[in-house]
Amino acid sequence: MNSFSQITIHHYLILSALMFNLGLIGIIIRKNILVVLMCIEVLLNAVNLSFVALARYYKLMDGHLVAIFVMAIAAVEAAIGLGIVISIFRNRQTVKTDELRFMHG
Amino acid sequence: MNSMNNLILLIPLLPLIGFLINGTIALQKARNKLNTGTTTIALTACIMPLIAFVLSILVFLNLLNNPNGSEITTGNLLDWIVVENLSVTFGFVVDHLSVIMLLIVTGVGTLIHFYSIGYMKEDEGFAKYMAYLNLFLFFMLVLILGDSLLLLFVGWEGVGLCSYLLIGFWFTDTAKAQAGKKAFIVNRIGDFAFMIGMFTIVAVFTQIIGQVDDGVLNFPKNFLSFEFLRNNAQGLAPMATVITLCLFIGATGKSAQIPLYVWLPDAMAGPTPVSALIHAATMVTAGIYMIARMHFLFVMAPVTMNIIATIGLLTAFFAALIGITQYDIKKVLAYSTVSQLGFMFLALGVGAFSSAIFHVMTHAFFKACLFLGAGSVIHGLHHEQDVRFMGGLLKKMPITAITFLICTLAISGIPPLSGFFSKDEILYMTYANAPHRMYFWLGLLTAGITSFYMMRLFALTFLGATRNPHPDHIHESPAVMTTPLIILAVLAAVSGLVGLPGNSWINGWLHQLGQHIPHHIENSVLQEYHLMGISIGWAALCSLTAFIIFTKKLTFAENCKHQFGGLYRLVYNKFRIDELYNGVIVQPIKSISDVLLFRFVDKTIIDGLILGGLAGSSRFVGRCLSVLQTGLLGHYLIYFIAGLMLILFLVIQ
Repeated sequence: MNSFSQITIHHYLILSALMFNLGLIGIIIRKNILVVLMCIEVLLNAVNLSFVALARYYKLMDGHLVAIFVMAIAAVEAAIGLGIVISIFRNRQTVKTDELRFMHG
Repeated sequence: MNSMNNLILLIPLLPLIGFLINGTIALQKARNKLNTGTTTIALTACIMPLIAFVLSILVFLNLLNNPNGSEITTGNLLDWIVVENLSVTFGFVVDHLSVIMLLIVTGVGTLIHFYSIGYMKEDEGFAKYMAYLNLFLFFMLVLILGDSLLLLFVGWEGVGLCSYLLIGFWFTDTAKAQAGKKAFIVNRIGDFAFMIGMFTIVAVFTQIIGQVDDGVLNFPKNFLSFEFLRNNAQGLAPMATVITLCLFIGATGKSAQIPLYVWLPDAMAGPTPVSALIHAATMVTAGIYMIARMHFLFVMAPVTMNIIATIGLLTAFFAALIGITQYDIKKVLAYSTVSQLGFMFLALGVGAFSSAIFHVMTHAFFKACLFLGAGSVIHGLHHEQDVRFMGGLLKKMPITAITFLICTLAISGIPPLSGFFSKDEILYMTYANAPHRMYFWLGLLTAGITSFYMMRLFALTFLGATRNPHPDHIHESPAVMTTPLIILAVLAAVSGLVGLPGNSWINGWLHQLGQHIPHHIENSVLQEYHLMGISIGWAALCSLTAFIIFTKKLTFAENCKHQFGGLYRLVYNKFRIDELYNGVIVQPIKSISDVLLFRFVDKTIIDGLILGGLAGSSRFVGRCLSVLQTGLLGHYLIYFIAGLMLILFLVIQ
């Protein structure tokens, strides 16, 4: 236990940044829209982590509040996103993003 | 004399009203909305000049009996142009010079209006014709009565416009329309020079004001009014030659001298009364009137005076030569007009301003009568204009023939007809004042050629055997056409009385023009009565020769034509001047216009490079950027993130 360095704020922030990047790259690269929605959740969780970590660090309540706010919003947004995906599937019979290029031009 | 001042405003206004009325009638007729009879149209159109003529007589009598004033003016009716360097007012003024021109224009104009009723009443565009004729009279009166050079120029351009409208009156015939176009364009070249002259006047005065007064605000700046010019002419002395040359070139355009005379023979495409009014009696004398008006400026530029005399003389000579060979009765009279105008310019050039105006007057009478007589012949022969198909008309059209003969003798300079007095005075002044005696001898020669070709014309048209294919249909013209002929012939006969040598009323009336009559010619044995005798004898000899050749010995003329074949063809083809102008000026302009300016500059550069280039580059950039629009969400996200990064970067930096 003493050979471990202390977990500092930096670790949290870097973890948050890495998670954010992963989520972002996931959105860009993955072909399935449901997986894209899941990556959006990863994105939001990364930001939440960052908020909470910093709130703990600076001993303020603001960060915690925002985190709870974000979670609520995330839930709502996931619901609506699923509704849109189901609508797309009903109209186009596909959930692959490369086949959804109607705005091409 | 307030009433008289306002009366002269009425003189140009009446023909304008006539134009508006007849013009409206013509427009409505064209749209089949109105069916006014020719009598109404004719009456409206002819009453106006008649009243204007009566008013002119009143003005004249007023000036005659008024020993103090030498002019009647309406004063400043309107501040027309008021800018920093220049102010031009609008007003009419009548002085001794204007009143003579006024009487001629309104008098001969009225007669020609009445004549036109007979000549043009079957024409469909009769209302339009009368409207144009009235408009012409309006502009000519503005020209004569204007109190500033600019207002004169307004009338100048206006008569040019009416000339175009009337020459090209039967515009459905392309050649006639082109003749109208030619007249207007050649006139416009002269107008351009006139404008340069006016600009120079304003520039010189502006410069003087700038030096002297340092821009004093309330200095009167109406530089172009005749009053100002008369009083301050010495200020123009350094640039007098340039200004007078420019004004003279303008006059060559309007009054058909070398090099801008080429429109006048083509102008015979218009109806004959038009030729009589515009191209004999009134419009073409505008140049002479302008120079006489500005005499105080011209005498300051002896170089220009020499040029005027030379060009006038050369024009007179060459036009007379061409007149000998032509077969169209109107063309002979056209070249005769150019030649007589040359005489008037010769008079102006030697300083004989009032003699020139005297010749303007007598010429107006006899030339108008000649043209109207030609019109009568053409009308009686059902539109035959070639003298080779005329002849023997003396018995069938006696009034026309007698009046034509009187005016032929007048133009030849046979006393006691008027042409003798005016032409002889010009030749006398030339002998006395011209730079070289050759001017007189060439002028005398030209006078002889004039009597030759005029007698030729008379003999071929009226005498001898009838060469017309339909001699039974020939008839004398109706009274409405022959009455003006008689009146004009009488005037041509007796108007010499106003300019008797030694006791010339008209020279006294126009004494302000500063003509100095030498009573004794230095360095010469020949004196005035000697010269008179020589000119009478020479004119009579030439007339008699022409009479004999063209009545009895027609074969002699034919033999001469063959003998001098090349020379004859050159003169018959008007010295090929039209072809020369066409080759040197018109075709190069057309090809520059077409090849250089149209195909190269307009199509290739502007349409192709500039417009096409702009459009093409926009399209190119667009096509490049549209590659980015893949329709894939992922790609759009990348752009979004990239943009965000950029903004963050800029904000944090």
